[in-house]
Amino acid sequence: MGGIGRYIVQRFMLTIPMLLILVTLVFLILRVMPGDPVSAMLGGRNISPQLMDEYRHKMGVDRPIPVQYIEYLSGILHGNFGKSFRTNKPVVTELFTRFPATLELAFFGLFFAAIFGFSTGILSATRADQPIDHIVRIFHIGSFAIPLFWLGLMLQVIFAVKLGWLPVASRLGGRIAFTFQSITGFYLLDSLLGGNTKVIADVAKHLVLPAITLGFAQAGLLGRMSRASMLEVLDQDYVTTARAKGLKERIVVMSHALRNALIPIVTVFGLQFAILMGGAVLTETVFSWPGVASFLVRSIEARDWPAIQGSVVFIAIFISAINLIVDITYSFIDPRVRY
Amino acid sequence: MTRMLVKGLDWIVRNVTHGSHALRKQTILKIGLITVSLFLLVTVLAQYSWFIPYDPVYYRDAPRLEGPSIRHLMGTDQLHRDVFSRVISGGKASLIVAFGAVALSMSTGSILGWISGFTGGFFDRFLSLIMDAIYSFPSMILAITLVAMFGAGIGPMIWAVGFVYIPTYFRVTRAEVLQVREATYIEAIRAVGATNIRIILRHVAPNTVNAIMAVSSFNLADAILTVAALSFLGFGLPPPAPDWGFDIQNGQKFLQSGSWWLITFPGLMIIALSLGFGLIGEGISDLVNPKRKRKRV
Repeated sequence: MGGIGRYIVQRFMLTIPMLLILVTLVFLILRVMPGDPVSAMLGGRNISPQLMDEYRHKMGVDRPIPVQYIEYLSGILHGNFGKSFRTNKPVVTELFTRFPATLELAFFGLFFAAIFGFSTGILSATRADQPIDHIVRIFHIGSFAIPLFWLGLMLQVIFAVKLGWLPVASRLGGRIAFTFQSITGFYLLDSLLGGNTKVIADVAKHLVLPAITLGFAQAGLLGRMSRASMLEVLDQDYVTTARAKGLKERIVVMSHALRNALIPIVTVFGLQFAILMGGAVLTETVFSWPGVASFLVRSIEARDWPAIQGSVVFIAIFISAINLIVDITYSFIDPRVRY
Repeated sequence: MTRMLVKGLDWIVRNVTHGSHALRKQTILKIGLITVSLFLLVTVLAQYSWFIPYDPVYYRDAPRLEGPSIRHLMGTDQLHRDVFSRVISGGKASLIVAFGAVALSMSTGSILGWISGFTGGFFDRFLSLIMDAIYSFPSMILAITLVAMFGAGIGPMIWAVGFVYIPTYFRVTRAEVLQVREATYIEAIRAVGATNIRIILRHVAPNTVNAIMAVSSFNLADAILTVAALSFLGFGLPPPAPDWGFDIQNGQKFLQSGSWWLITFPGLMIIALSLGFGLIGEGISDLVNPKRKRKRV
């Protein structure tokens, strides 16, 4: 097997203990902490001890912890996260029907963040210490301090309620939602495949505000990093050489400097995605976006333990997979990485 | 007009953020410190009724859902309460939880980091793996899940938010310990007969203080946002108490009717306070790491 193949396998093997630890932590947090799931779920209601015991037995929480742990692990291996108390459907089914919504939102959030972050970062770096640079930097620092949910609500007030340009929430307008049939769960893809311009426009309009909300803080972070990275690269000898050759500044920046400036930024994309998933919880709640993160919040409100456990494990697996992909991509982008 | 605006903003930045002039004078640090002290002062004073114009919880004489006016600077909510009074007294929970959580994670994380980095071996590798696992997980989701376990309120929020930040301090201190441990002077002290505990307390810990200070300011900024989010989702203080995150959730219900003042002002308070902590962090980072200055990060 070649170098890169071995690297991928090695990196994959490293993901397994990481995932095992995360999954174990979830189990421990939900089991060992005070109050078992049954009393938490039924707490406050007037229920006889016998019925409580019956529920405990039904859920399997009356068995010894190690036995429960083994069953839990084998359940995860078989893709079985139990049934949701609330909907009485398998948690895996619930998660997979909602996952495309989250992924679509995350993708466009990151897309917005990348476009906005990189362009402001490059602008700021190429005009370092000029007024525009200072303004961009204020924005970069300030963007960390803005609560996502507040930003989402303000955008709703301005663009949906006051101006009426964009819809307030959800993924589709009422009339279209009635006839719309989703195949993949990615509405934009579905509407593009359907070819109905009205539907495409509606889906796209519903995406704008949530994507900006989710991507905003990331845009600041990416902008800050791309600015720092760009400044460093612009100091390098090969950039001076390129300028000395008489190349246009635009070409020097865009083709000589930019590619190298982006390399260190790719490494943090995995971590960015974790933050993005955290932001998705708030964005999905504010915009009634039917994704995995809002499912978790509603499960927590309903004290639906199998659903909570399942969602958290699902998100953990997803994040690990993203980190794995990022690391492998990095080894392709930067040939200096040795396997 | 635009030119003037740009020039004005430029002046603010030169004097506020880390332009090369501002750095020498530590203006960012000062602005951050002033903002945060102001918030602390107002929050403490707002616990006394003479400081706030109207009672934030029981006032009932104002008109219902009215926009900002001279009598009610930030308008009134659906229960005839003065939004301004609620906003200035609504930072109590955020500040207590933020400071409590950071103190908890700082002490736990640093001690674990020192021990782990110093002992090395299997224990170090195992603990690092656990910390990496927690670190890689979305902190907001972890905090929400933990609060759901512990129950709503100030105490549970401190535990939940504090737990989430432990890996940050663990990583910072462990990295510092690994660097210091190999230094020749440590070897010399060891040869003289210094115990491990003495080496940690006298030589390793002081070296990590700078890094920890900067990290904790950024953590406080983040904690303010996390607490606001938890309250917004309904895991904070029980209803009648004034709280920014909860008030924003309440205002969301009246958003469609255009009552923008209910969510705008509590949000601006969260931003100002979080920014204050963030600026302190920036200031400290510039102070302790002069290299940052040159790189203009």
